[in-house]
Amino acid sequence: MSDVPTAAVPSAAVPVALRRALLWAAGLALLCGSVAVAITIGPADIAVGDVWATVAAHLGWGRGRLSPIRDGIVWNLRLPRTLLAAVCGAGLAVCGAVMQSLLRNPLADPFVLGVSSGASTGAVVVVVLGAGGGAVSVSGGAFVGAVVSFALVLLLSHSLGGTTDRVVLAGVAAMQLFSAVTSFVVMTAADAETTRGVLFWLLGSLGGADWTDVGLCLAVLAAALPVCLVYARALDAFAFGQDAAAALGVRVARTRLVLLCVTALLTAVLVGSAGAIGFVGLVLPHAARALTGPGHTRLLPATALAGAVFLVWVDTLARTLLDPQEVPVGVMTSLIGVPAFVLILYRGRDTR
Amino acid sequence: MSDLDGLRADRVSRSADGTLILDGVSLAPRPGTVTGLLGPNGSGKSTLLRLLAGVLAPASGTVTLDGRPLERVGRRAVARRVAVVEQQADTQVALTVLDVVRLGRVPHRRAWAPASAGDEEAVRSALARTGLADKAARPWQTLSGGERQRVQIARALAQQPRELLLDEPTNHLDIQHQLALLDLITELRLTSVVALHDLNLAAMYCDRLLVLRRGRVVAGGTPEEVLTEELIAEVYGVRAAVTRAAPGDRPHIRFLGTLPADRTAPEGALP
Repeated sequence: MSDVPTAAVPSAAVPVALRRALLWAAGLALLCGSVAVAITIGPADIAVGDVWATVAAHLGWGRGRLSPIRDGIVWNLRLPRTLLAAVCGAGLAVCGAVMQSLLRNPLADPFVLGVSSGASTGAVVVVVLGAGGGAVSVSGGAFVGAVVSFALVLLLSHSLGGTTDRVVLAGVAAMQLFSAVTSFVVMTAADAETTRGVLFWLLGSLGGADWTDVGLCLAVLAAALPVCLVYARALDAFAFGQDAAAALGVRVARTRLVLLCVTALLTAVLVGSAGAIGFVGLVLPHAARALTGPGHTRLLPATALAGAVFLVWVDTLARTLLDPQEVPVGVMTSLIGVPAFVLILYRGRDTR
Repeated sequence: MSDLDGLRADRVSRSADGTLILDGVSLAPRPGTVTGLLGPNGSGKSTLLRLLAGVLAPASGTVTLDGRPLERVGRRAVARRVAVVEQQADTQVALTVLDVVRLGRVPHRRAWAPASAGDEEAVRSALARTGLADKAARPWQTLSGGERQRVQIARALAQQPRELLLDEPTNHLDIQHQLALLDLITELRLTSVVALHDLNLAAMYCDRLLVLRRGRVVAGGTPEEVLTEELIAEVYGVRAAVTRAAPGDRPHIRFLGTLPADRTAPEGALP
């Protein structure tokens, strides 16, 4: 059996590397193009050329041709919102991909550790009960809630035995608990107006995006993504379970703790800025896997790109579809994502 | 070659939930031989293999690789020397045969480095030695049980180990695949430790046997020395006739029925 066909094990030849580099460049170009097009779309009637000229001017290249108000719409509303959509999409999708592999559960998503419901409770406590006396922002409250919930899940899963299914169960328990607390607070203490605001936030909204949000989320994403990539091979090794991973030289406990903390932190920051945008973290990893295959060194960047492009377009739809009404972006992600998800599952059914 | 060469367990113990699973077991497989681990369910075979792989740490005693305790050798370095094939590995991930075999290179690769020529050569040779070269593109989910075990052995070979640990690798396989798998393992010329249920397969393929009962070693030696009617009665509680086709041949075991419960040896009746 020495005559192995060379096609079965492709060598790391230059053309393959080149083709991959070109694919990545195309992906990045697609993302930049999506952002560039998305910021030209909106209720304020601003010409495409003027939009780009304004952005270029702010980047120190040429001069803008718009009035200060219209300049502000482009630079302080549309651009940060679109960029936050890209960052949130990328971050949530990567968190989902990591969780699915780490917990060996195709249903895992960034919210499986109860982070989103904890964040919701934190935000609601700030909005409705006025906790923190105005010193704590909604985002801050959400972040604190997310961290508390995650700590609870870690503690609970550890005392239950620390296996991956215990982590998932503890996450589900925390999710139910915090959802109940959130509902309780809203039902007992909020008026109709506040409830509406809270609900919008619970379903996810990029409407409040400003440059601070973008900077913070981008910084955390830029820190988290390389950490996940360092553990990419370890995540590959988890395919056959923890023991198999350990037998392949992976430090299982450390890998799991680092990745759980990094993804929980990233999720908490994203949820704090944009609310609990569902579906992206659950489905985009599956879609990306269909494109790149299961290897995490390629899967994680591809998932990030796919998530970013996806959320940029979905948010664009969400804010324009029922103009001037805005659809919560979390509702849009599911309305668009579910049919796509079913299609992916349908096409992949033969391999099961 | 010194006495400390290879993988050795020295009086290792391990308990779970207050009961001793392994009680002072020592094992020093001879390099290049196949050692069979025998014993009823719950006798500690799997736990011993997990200790040898360094996946579990012993509560007392030490496991050493070339004289150094495993925890000092380091997880990745152990995985470059010792490969494990589990009883029935499965995954939900859509992997191909090639993907699975490539997992064997995980302990050899640095975080950012692409696969080297050496990595690809190890994968290629592992596929060739297990007769899987033409199946590299097959999805894991479409493989039969026998093929899956073969792929896991190819993955283990891609680790380029000198020690191979197998936990009941023939379970759930039909007889042809059982024999083919054990043929493959004996042909590899690695130091193999394999937990087995089938005494006749153990007699056919193993150079030496170690029999565990309730976490203790009750017998050790060549199949001829170990597989006696008395031992089978004591350890498994069954009547058996042990015959040989010719003097010096491997023993053949024919089971005659279970023993009444009171004939089963009480704990500690054997040395």
